[in-house]
Amino acid sequence: MIKTDILIIGAGPTGLFTVFEAGLLKLKCHLIDALPQPGGQCAEIYPKKPIYDIPAFPEVLAGDLVDNLMEQIKPFEPGFTLGERAETIEKLEDDTFIVTTNKGTKHHASVVAIAGGLGSFEPRKPPIANISNFEDRGVSYMVKDPEVYRDKKVVIAGGGDSALDWSIFLADVASNVTLVHRRNEFRGALDSVDKVKELKDLGKINLITPAEIDQLNGNGHLESVLIRKNNEASEEIKLEVDHFIPLFGLSPKLGPIADWGLEIEKNAIKVDNTLDYQTNIPGVYAIGDVNTYPGKLKLILCGFHEATLMCQSAYKRIFPDKKYVMKYTTVGGVTGFDGTKKQAPKAIVKAID
Amino acid sequence: MENEVSITIIDREGVEHKVDAPTDMAMNLMEIVRSFELAPEGTIGVCGGMAMCASCQCYVVSGHALPEMEMDEEAMLAEAFYVEDNSRLGCQIPITEELEGLIVKLAPES
Repeated sequence: MIKTDILIIGAGPTGLFTVFEAGLLKLKCHLIDALPQPGGQCAEIYPKKPIYDIPAFPEVLAGDLVDNLMEQIKPFEPGFTLGERAETIEKLEDDTFIVTTNKGTKHHASVVAIAGGLGSFEPRKPPIANISNFEDRGVSYMVKDPEVYRDKKVVIAGGGDSALDWSIFLADVASNVTLVHRRNEFRGALDSVDKVKELKDLGKINLITPAEIDQLNGNGHLESVLIRKNNEASEEIKLEVDHFIPLFGLSPKLGPIADWGLEIEKNAIKVDNTLDYQTNIPGVYAIGDVNTYPGKLKLILCGFHEATLMCQSAYKRIFPDKKYVMKYTTVGGVTGFDGTKKQAPKAIVKAID
Repeated sequence: MENEVSITIIDREGVEHKVDAPTDMAMNLMEIVRSFELAPEGTIGVCGGMAMCASCQCYVVSGHALPEMEMDEEAMLAEAFYVEDNSRLGCQIPITEELEGLIVKLAPES
């Protein structure tokens, strides 16, 4: 069981900044995110895109914003449960919570802060009629353990970085790799596109474009796929494969959080914006893009503000009897849980002779 | 009215909505759909309008000449589902006077 003061669901910019504000109040944080890396949308969808409305940053790349936040919160030693989705919440008698992920990891916290953005990112499944019959029986939407594919025949579909990168990687692992994409053009990094071309010329990747996987066949386990080239029935190819990996990116779904008994409006969680962004369940807060209230704006800078006020309320909930006064970091410095201390240098007083 | 065009949007349930879209607000078609709440929040404009998610894919039903696709829109549509010859990303279509009478149908959610 992982124990923490504030359990943050979602490791996007709002969730990450919560760690900092909580840390100033000496509260420890742990974050859960369905993605394998922190940063949320900024890291997953648009790391190379500039953002222009972060106060005091005339321009910052989304990926750099995440890197900066990670650096800023490092002294507060946040814990991470990555690649897992928060599935259930249970309120204990002492008003603390246990949140369990889809992989069974349990987290015990006094306060839960949902900073889940648009939800957890789930792989986009191509609309092939019987695809669900073969899930975990030859079809997987992400590569978890590449060794599964050793000496197997693999077909990958997609035209982005993950399709290119896994084709390259698995070319050395699988007995046979086929990459199918609807166009001749790929959207990935130039290096990856060049590498795939090189492996194709060496006969290590079987590239089929423009084409689509049309049908899946097999008895219990996937045995073959039907590839339709140039959208012509006359150009159908039956390919024997052990595995099919469709890599068409991710799309966010609110998911299990929708069943936690929270008040939901327009795919967002209703909160009290006059005070502390608490939901209808005391002790559960929702901050950033995942919440809604009159006048709500889904902006990173608003998420930062919401996180800050939420932490004050969390502190009062955890320590109802303690007196507290807000201190500027310039005055009080930043004392990390890791023993580091940042402080404004003292003014130097020197007389002129 | 001045600075407005009339556009018909067929939502994912097949219901037709005739809306007046402003031409002077630097809006695109995805934003029109959101502002008139013709698709649930969180199911359209996920990436905010960067041509990076295809949640605003729509089919152009009327024969309007639209601005040509740029590379990123084309590439994104190559990875989207339910793509037809008349598919476009709504976020890449600015609202201009040329769109008067436009009819589009939203693609299924994926």
